[in-house]
Amino acid sequence: MSRITAPSEGAQDTRAPAHGPHPAAPDTAPARHGAWVGRIAVLVLVPLLLLSVVLAIGLGTATVHPADTLRHLWAAVAGGTIGADEATEHQIVWNLRTPRVLLAGTVGAGLGAVGTAIQAMVRNPLADPFVLGVSSGASVGAVMVGVLGAFSVLGVYAVSAGAFLGALGATLLVYAASAGRGGVTPLRLVLTGVALSFAFQAVMGVVVYFAPSGEATSTVLFWSMGGFGAATWGSLPLVVIVVLTGVLVLRALSRPLDVLTMGDETAASLGVDTARLRRGLFFLTAAMTGAMVAVSGAIGFVGLVVPHVVRILVGAAHQRVLLVAPLAGAVFMVWVDLASRAVVAPRELPLGFITALVGVPVFVLLLHRRGYLFGGR
Amino acid sequence: MELGLDRLTVTVQGRDLVRELSLDVPSGGIVGLVGPNGSGKSTALRCVYRALRPSGGTVRLDGTDLSTLGLRTGARSVAALTQESTTDLDFTVEEIVALGRTPHQKGDRALGPRERDLCRNAMERMDVAHLADRGVLSLSGGERQRVLMARCLVQEPRVLVLDEPTNHLDVRHQIGLLSLIREAGVTVLLVLHDLNLAAAACDRIGVLHEGSLVTVGTPGEILEPGLVREVFGVEATVVPHPHTGDPQLLYSLAPSKGPT
Repeated sequence: MSRITAPSEGAQDTRAPAHGPHPAAPDTAPARHGAWVGRIAVLVLVPLLLLSVVLAIGLGTATVHPADTLRHLWAAVAGGTIGADEATEHQIVWNLRTPRVLLAGTVGAGLGAVGTAIQAMVRNPLADPFVLGVSSGASVGAVMVGVLGAFSVLGVYAVSAGAFLGALGATLLVYAASAGRGGVTPLRLVLTGVALSFAFQAVMGVVVYFAPSGEATSTVLFWSMGGFGAATWGSLPLVVIVVLTGVLVLRALSRPLDVLTMGDETAASLGVDTARLRRGLFFLTAAMTGAMVAVSGAIGFVGLVVPHVVRILVGAAHQRVLLVAPLAGAVFMVWVDLASRAVVAPRELPLGFITALVGVPVFVLLLHRRGYLFGGR
Repeated sequence: MELGLDRLTVTVQGRDLVRELSLDVPSGGIVGLVGPNGSGKSTALRCVYRALRPSGGTVRLDGTDLSTLGLRTGARSVAALTQESTTDLDFTVEEIVALGRTPHQKGDRALGPRERDLCRNAMERMDVAHLADRGVLSLSGGERQRVLMARCLVQEPRVLVLDEPTNHLDVRHQIGLLSLIREAGVTVLLVLHDLNLAAAACDRIGVLHEGSLVTVGTPGEILEPGLVREVFGVEATVVPHPHTGDPQLLYSLAPSKGPT
């Protein structure tokens, strides 16, 4: 019984050296230095994220000096004292802005990670966290609560609860509709998700059309554009726990995710059970998306573009992408949220406007600068 | 490691793609499957590398029914070069080759020094070491095929399943690859379209036709004009290779009618 192992010296040279040492290969694509760039990106992004959070908490309609911001945060966490004259400022920093900025960071991280995983799962560069219908399901849930007044016992969390249940219902529906023999195939999954999204949007349209008040319309608007205006300390822990756990689990799956993008045949030959992996990924990403949508609505673009930008910079390996994409998504989202509430204060710009304004040019430039390939195209 | 196919049957939508195929590959032996397009060769291989569950019959490794082993456990012994050669993402060559360690590794731990050596050696053996940092999607078909073969070697298999391994390869690398598997001493089941290469590389050749094994034997027994005409529908002349004595087929494009 023999096994292929590393050859010892001299075991190699059985072939004639037909054309000698390799001529400098006519490289069209540059060599990749993804591992290096990845390491540098992490070293840059972690301090940048901390800095961004502190700055974003201080900036806005009322500006607070970063040193004061830190003092307020320290007082709230470690129990220092804040003078009576600063009570309002403390209120703004700790109760309004801190949960909002932390939510923005969390959701940015989650969208970056989920987008990466879903693009690998459905093998489609156009996929984003909402392609599987989770967000439009959540919107239906939220609107139903707004219009019908369900879950009123939950008070301020009623709409979030409705959104989460809507997301859950949509997830199960999409799964049931796309599952067949041998689990869910990428193509069926993505097409079913898109088709059902249209159905959910139609339901939403009907509800808005017949709803007696304008409130339904604004709920729909909020949920389909997304925003962090509703952030509170109460709603933060659940989404933070779900997103962080999810990102850690996805990172632990980075090698199977790599294998998944090589196709099911190859994956089987490498011992990866694609049906099981896809099923797990489907429910994990749906839970993460549902938790995010329930508190912040469907924030588009980030989950689609951040994974691509990160791959352009650090290469395709999921172990690196799933480390850098959450960090990059978090930083980006914190700044986008800051811009949305600071630029035309006291009014707020929709997040989608800022993400598009900043993100689209960057993305288009990066796409041109490097030979980025997805699926051989 | 001995590989056995025992009355293997694959039925898809009422059609038998493979029918009661029984074939043994002794430990260290090289058995080739040949046959026209759609004769079930790849389907049979897919059952061995677990991309397909047979509808009937078993695949055995040293007598153990493969379906009783976990997918991962099986992949520690069986490596496959499939027809699927593209990936979605632009991994570097080095990263693709390293994925051969997937069935051996727990979680997402980094490769150890021995495994990195293994990868480097495999890349050198397949003549792709100079491409290590290149994105795999920018490679030519032949280069990509060699990268995937290097990945198979890194898997340290005891059974190699190769579906047209010489696809896209230039003649030097075709010969290089087939010499390599002859020296490697592992059990090999492979599909080849080139009957002459099959005659040179295989100990035994099985001929598939419409899902059934027509015959199996040494290259000398199999490659004779009558069988080639019956199975492939072409006229061929068989001559012995002047040096090795392996039977070699010569084809003529038009059905020969003799000189007029």
